[in-house]
Amino acid sequence: MPEKTVNIMIGGAAGQGLATVGQLLTKSLIRSGYHVVVRQDYMSRVRGGHNTYIIRASVDEIYAPREAMDFLVALNQETVDLHLNELGDGGLIICDEALDSKGRPGLSISFKDLAPKPIFQNVAALGLLASLLGLDRDVPAKLLTDTFTKKGEAIVKQNHEVLDAAYAWVAEQNAGIEPLAPVPAPVKRLMMGGNEAIALGAMAAGVKFCSFYPMTPATSVAQNLITHGRELGVVVEQVEDEIAAMNMAIGASYAGARSLVPTSGGGFALMTEGVSLAAVAETPLVCVVAMRPGPATGLPTRTEQADLNLVLYAGHGEYPRAIFAPGTVEEAFRLAHRAFDQAERYQSPVFVLSDQFLADSFRSVEPFDTRSLPAPASPLKEWAGEGPYERYAVTDSGVSPRVIPGFSETLVVGDSHEHTPDGHITEDIEMRIEQKQKRLRKGCGLWEDVVAPSYIGPESPDVLLVSWGSTKGAADEAAMDLRADGVQAASLHFSQVWPLKLDQFAAKFDAAKKIVVVEGNATGQFAALLKLAGAQYTGLVLKYDGRPFTPEYIVTALHKSGALEA
Amino acid sequence: MVKIEDYGEFTTSWCPGCGNFGIMQAVRQALLAQDIAPHQFVYVSGIGQAAKAPHYLRSNMFNGLHGRALPVAQAVRLSNTNLPVLVSSGDGCSYGEGGNHFLAAVRRNVNMTLLAHNNQIYGLTKGQASPTTMTGQVTKTQPLGVAATPFNPVAVAVAMKCSFVARSFAGDTEHLAQMIELAMRHEGFALVDILQPCVSFNKINTYAWYKERCVNLPDDYDPTDWSVAMQTADKFGDEIPLGLIYKQDRPSYETHIPQLANGPLAQAATDFDALDRVLEKFV
Ligand SMILES: Cc1ncc(C[n+]2csc(CCOP(=O)(O)OP(=O)(O)O)c2C)c(N)n1
Ligand code: SF4
Repeated sequence: MPEKTVNIMIGGAAGQGLATVGQLLTKSLIRSGYHVVVRQDYMSRVRGGHNTYIIRASVDEIYAPREAMDFLVALNQETVDLHLNELGDGGLIICDEALDSKGRPGLSISFKDLAPKPIFQNVAALGLLASLLGLDRDVPAKLLTDTFTKKGEAIVKQNHEVLDAAYAWVAEQNAGIEPLAPVPAPVKRLMMGGNEAIALGAMAAGVKFCSFYPMTPATSVAQNLITHGRELGVVVEQVEDEIAAMNMAIGASYAGARSLVPTSGGGFALMTEGVSLAAVAETPLVCVVAMRPGPATGLPTRTEQADLNLVLYAGHGEYPRAIFAPGTVEEAFRLAHRAFDQAERYQSPVFVLSDQFLADSFRSVEPFDTRSLPAPASPLKEWAGEGPYERYAVTDSGVSPRVIPGFSETLVVGDSHEHTPDGHITEDIEMRIEQKQKRLRKGCGLWEDVVAPSYIGPESPDVLLVSWGSTKGAADEAAMDLRADGVQAASLHFSQVWPLKLDQFAAKFDAAKKIVVVEGNATGQFAALLKLAGAQYTGLVLKYDGRPFTPEYIVTALHKSGALEA
Repeated sequence: MVKIEDYGEFTTSWCPGCGNFGIMQAVRQALLAQDIAPHQFVYVSGIGQAAKAPHYLRSNMFNGLHGRALPVAQAVRLSNTNLPVLVSSGDGCSYGEGGNHFLAAVRRNVNMTLLAHNNQIYGLTKGQASPTTMTGQVTKTQPLGVAATPFNPVAVAVAMKCSFVARSFAGDTEHLAQMIELAMRHEGFALVDILQPCVSFNKINTYAWYKERCVNLPDDYDPTDWSVAMQTADKFGDEIPLGLIYKQDRPSYETHIPQLANGPLAQAATDFDALDRVLEKFV
């Protein structure tokens, strides 16, 4: 029986090109019609160390990485030593004959024979895996053509030769490995990671300016805007520090350019001063915070969901904000787009809270229909209303007409102080109260616009798993596993974590016997927010080892905590 | 034709006799000389007494945070290269809190003008030493006298080959207006360091103190000679040279960004065809 699902770990040192093998294989799988979830684990170093690229592929839809590996592809001995125990029953190790596979069954290969030069070992590994999985040779071959055409025909030819050698070698081996079951009708899908999706969502929303200071795992958002920015007319500036990044984005926004600032917790900590400025100056601003474990430098390349409180309370003073937390790559795209609309609509800072796991997790996604997205709200170029223009006119909604300077004779005044409606410094008690209340009233609009949490599972579950952000896939699959075991389990995912609107989920909480909040931090930050919103939970599953959740981890934790006992 | 009244009349919160009044007078004259109407430029500032300047002139303005005027101003200019951008900032604001931004702005060379109201003291917070306060000067917060060497913004800017570096004096509005106009007409990042008496908190660097020392550069001074400019910039003592100290013509940062050739960023519509082409790369 061909397998419907496969779980492959490729491990090696940084600089060995495992990401290349991983990405080429991922794309080959997606082009062959499979659903894919990728998880990347890497150390904070440029060469050496130990990194893994884990691909889970399936005929059916999948949502999370899994633990037991079917294949361990070891590019160095360290991978064998560290990860052999992650092979599941019947799992195989694939490595060069020079490595010690410690008696585990598998394939030992002479990479020297397959690849004329070490740089082609990547392609040899791709060919081996693709043929073992039963992928049509034309799929990786076409991918190599697409990838290397710009380097010249000779290079493409050499790559094809290595690929063919690998396919021929596998055919000779008769390794007895079951290929993947074929996909009934392959559908065109994209291979995309979380940060790429955020950048694309921003571009679809008309982002025009991005200022950033490099910090893993946020840098690739800016990198994607740089790569495609010229084509799409986006100006991206790498600046002197995060403080400049935030203030520049505010300046650009004042001047009418939709602005994005990507960063991670450590960088965001420096930006909070500017968040407060955006709030009082009522300047639209989208900030992407890709979380990694802290405090301070923490685990620079790992994942965590511990900066929710930082973002929720960032900046001094009081003002409304919205925080989105995409659970999938599709959501990353849609919510990045939505964030721009909300930022403009409420002239406030809006946040997209992601993390390393989602940032670097490639998925198979349906192509986006960019033209069906609603156009984000836009500022005015000139004041045509009654009376003189007032940038901070007091209104019922709290939102004042926003004109951008330089397109008409309308003068546009932005200020960081408490100000009069026309933007000038004031100490007047009445004005202070009026302006503050006006800004806070924008929160009512944000409140009306909250994305409802998504629910999967039976109506009155014994256990409800509550997740936010990137934990969605693992929580959804954990609930699926439990249901397969006869437990009435459901999952509820929040892709907007602030504001929280109790009436959107109170009934789900009421209907469940047990409510377990699953989140990637040590103190249950979101659980505390739920409590604040008036929702009672009964248990927590937390993870703060720097690695993402898996369904198995959640189910084991539930068993251990007794949450599954009646 | 723009008239000087177009820039408005405001009551200020500055102390009577403050050097800031002379600076504002010169700003008006320089704008008038270039026939720039209030809606045709953006005036940006941070925090401090100097940074209140944009509130006292009819204009587009953005008054941001302490030390952060330059990032805001550069982005305004990058977003709309049709708009001249002027920054008013104190020595604490631009050389202290925003020192890193100052260095970066000099290097980046966005076309804009920084007017540094250099009163060698923190005015708004009532008289603490600033980065330009002279060594030995006693203040309430430096009762033993300032131990640090003062920051010489002009020398630093010249050392970095800032594309336009001038020094002027708030007590000589004619000279100052001329320097501001030259700076605004210059393509690239222009610094005008303005000696500005703070009559309330700096009892050392008074109008008289500056007048005694300030000398205009001779007519035959060559601002494009970097080594001469370095020596000139280093002078801040018995003699303080005023004028255009250094200038280097080079393309401004904006010209380096092809995306800006199509006009203001606010005007550019999203190119969905381009976006679809980009998405195809993910197949
Ligand atoms: C981040 C921050 N730190 C400190 C302050 C307080 N503060 C306001 S103005 C100022 C110094 C002003 O000195 P300067 O920039 O030289 O301007 P002046 O008032 O002398 O014109 C300080 C420290 C502030 N507003 N923000
Ligand atoms: S404190 Fe000094 S700088 Fe401020 S207004 Fe008074 S004199 Fe001017």
